[in-house]
Amino acid sequence: MASVAEPDTRADLDSFREEARAFLAENFPPELRGKNNLLSSVEEAGEESPAEKAWRVAMGEKGWGTPTWPKEYGGGGLTKKQARILEEEMAKAGAWNPIGGMGVMMLGPTLLEFASEEQKHEHIPPICKGEIRWCQGYSEPNAGSDLANLQTMAEDKGDHYLVNGQKTWTSGGQWADKCFCLVRTSRADKHKGISFLLIDMHAPGVEVKPIKMISGMSPFCETFFTDVSVPKENLVGEEGQGWTIGKRLLQHERTNLSGGGALAALNSQPLGKVAERYIGLDDDGKLADAELRVKIVDFEMRWNAFLLTARRAMEESKAAGGVSDISSILKKAGTKLGQERAELMIEIMGLRGLGWEGEGFEQKELDGTRAWLFGKATTIYGGSTEIQNNIIAKRILGMLDHQ
Amino acid sequence: MAVLNDEQEMLRDMAREWTKNEHPVDAWRKVRDAGQPFDADAWGAMAEMGWAGIIIPEEHGGSDFGWLSLGLVIEELGKSLAASPLVASALAASAIVLGGSEEQKAEFLPRLATGELIGTLAFDEGPRHTGLNASTSVHDGRLTGTKAFVHEASRAGLFVVLAQDGVYLVEKGKGISVSKRMLADMRDHAEIDFNDAPAQKLAAGGDDLAHKILDRARVLTAAEMLGMCQAVFDTTLDYLKQRVQFNQVLSSFQALQHRMADLYTEIELTRSAVEAGLQAIDSGFAVSEAATLAKARANDTLHLVSKEGIQLHGGIGMTDEYSVGFYLKRARVLEAAWGSSSHLRDAYARMKSY
Repeated sequence: MASVAEPDTRADLDSFREEARAFLAENFPPELRGKNNLLSSVEEAGEESPAEKAWRVAMGEKGWGTPTWPKEYGGGGLTKKQARILEEEMAKAGAWNPIGGMGVMMLGPTLLEFASEEQKHEHIPPICKGEIRWCQGYSEPNAGSDLANLQTMAEDKGDHYLVNGQKTWTSGGQWADKCFCLVRTSRADKHKGISFLLIDMHAPGVEVKPIKMISGMSPFCETFFTDVSVPKENLVGEEGQGWTIGKRLLQHERTNLSGGGALAALNSQPLGKVAERYIGLDDDGKLADAELRVKIVDFEMRWNAFLLTARRAMEESKAAGGVSDISSILKKAGTKLGQERAELMIEIMGLRGLGWEGEGFEQKELDGTRAWLFGKATTIYGGSTEIQNNIIAKRILGMLDHQ
Repeated sequence: MAVLNDEQEMLRDMAREWTKNEHPVDAWRKVRDAGQPFDADAWGAMAEMGWAGIIIPEEHGGSDFGWLSLGLVIEELGKSLAASPLVASALAASAIVLGGSEEQKAEFLPRLATGELIGTLAFDEGPRHTGLNASTSVHDGRLTGTKAFVHEASRAGLFVVLAQDGVYLVEKGKGISVSKRMLADMRDHAEIDFNDAPAQKLAAGGDDLAHKILDRARVLTAAEMLGMCQAVFDTTLDYLKQRVQFNQVLSSFQALQHRMADLYTEIELTRSAVEAGLQAIDSGFAVSEAATLAKARANDTLHLVSKEGIQLHGGIGMTDEYSVGFYLKRARVLEAAWGSSSHLRDAYARMKSY
């Protein structure tokens, strides 16, 4: 991530801390204290309250939602140390970052690396302000794990491309304003025929159909492009450079998805405590179901080893100034554990853990059912577990390409 | 790998170079073939490099580099199955650091730091670790009881013994008989009968002294096991890259790639738990929990890796000529030490009040 040089002296940092405190006192609406719902990001259609909007605008204007991005593109221009101080002060104030979504997690960092000056000035500031919702146009019906097999065609029409094809599993496509898309500009070469294109989701010829999932929710869409005209200035990088750019973006995605751990840890009580409530303890102070107790504690221990690993990956990456090798195991390990946890929750709660809707259940229980089903996606999207294994074997262990 | 300071990095590199160049796994093979349960020359070299004093305070002749530092060295030694009493002796020293009087520290720590005195823990009284319960008793400074499967027993000059009412130091000498117990790992184990052996209590460590020592034993053993995991994994990976069947190297088969990716993942998760255990001892925060986690992860992962190591090597892995079998045999001994996985899981659940 781009950030300015770090000449931070103690005095500088102290004065920045004062500035952060003053800004939060002035701008963070106290009624939003601790109300951040991490599960609903910018992708969701929920209405913003006036207070939420004011907070988003304030943070967006300041650029502090993307604290270390360069100021000239609307970022905060903070040093890493300053950003950490801001985080600390926000936590103290119960404040949260209202700027998020795929623009922040994936596209922004990629644009900073590959886009032209004009593109950076056009696209990054609205991301920093949380004004534009981005979606990802990667997967197609015949290009899942074999992503480079994508067929959506962008035909050169002089001053614009004419785009035809279908994308699928477009997260939040129904709410998105724009789409960063991998398209084919040439059929001559599988990988070098791919380009990275920014497409307006409101343009004529773009059609979005939500896909109903086993969870009953529709977080993904099918996206159809029929003779969609896309200006040439929306090509990022060179024609044919899309695979390189697209893969780089996936690294950002993976880093964020592996934080899947954080999500589960956040809204979760330790399983032992949940089990105590549903199953009860025997006279010896142990969970009344001896076999389930063993499963739970085994899970908790493996889970804690995972959390320690996520922390270690962060520390190593910081120290080395680059992504550490073990980042590659986080997605695979974290998603597997997340699924195991959801299954264990059902085992603990019995049929109360399978409530679909209506009377007789706590909201938490109903949410759990949906989360269990939605969670099955985590080992499939963002590079399935099998693809992660290929990556580990080839890139880290140096085992030969099996293809 | 945890983020290390310069001192730790130097120590780790030194241990890595030494085991690689001076003391690879073939050194253990020679020791075993000679019918010895330990490697006296290697111990001398380790002592000279100061490894016996890593967790001993400077005023008593150690370097006081801390547990993460010691763990880094132990991990490297685990890679080559170095038959040294370093783990046992460091644990004995830590018992004195934690619970010894000034006189006891002055008497024993300097000699433990130079390696001229070897110490070991004598806690368990049966083939399985079942907690900190001992029938060994002490009357008028005389200790009586039987300790089973004591590590590095035949060369130890100092025993740290768990008795009913606390932890005692017993020097080798009168009232002690040592009976060798040959286990599959061919290392130095013995049953020890203490019969009115003169004993002095480690009285300064508080009621939970034995527990603190046990925590350290778990973490340090886990560090050795982590090294073993890594060695089996690396050896197996090398083998898969060389062995050709169906006109292809085995490493090109996806079924094998994914198994190796799984093992890699488990080892890295375990590494985090082990390093966190070492760091917990250095910081003094939530040590028991971290130690229990470290040993349980090391147990399960080494169990898996040592089995897979054999299977992935195929028949050649079952020959005595290859080293992977050594690790399998040592693995099970260490898995049983200081708590099997089931014992540790139960302990962890109790810590969490369920």
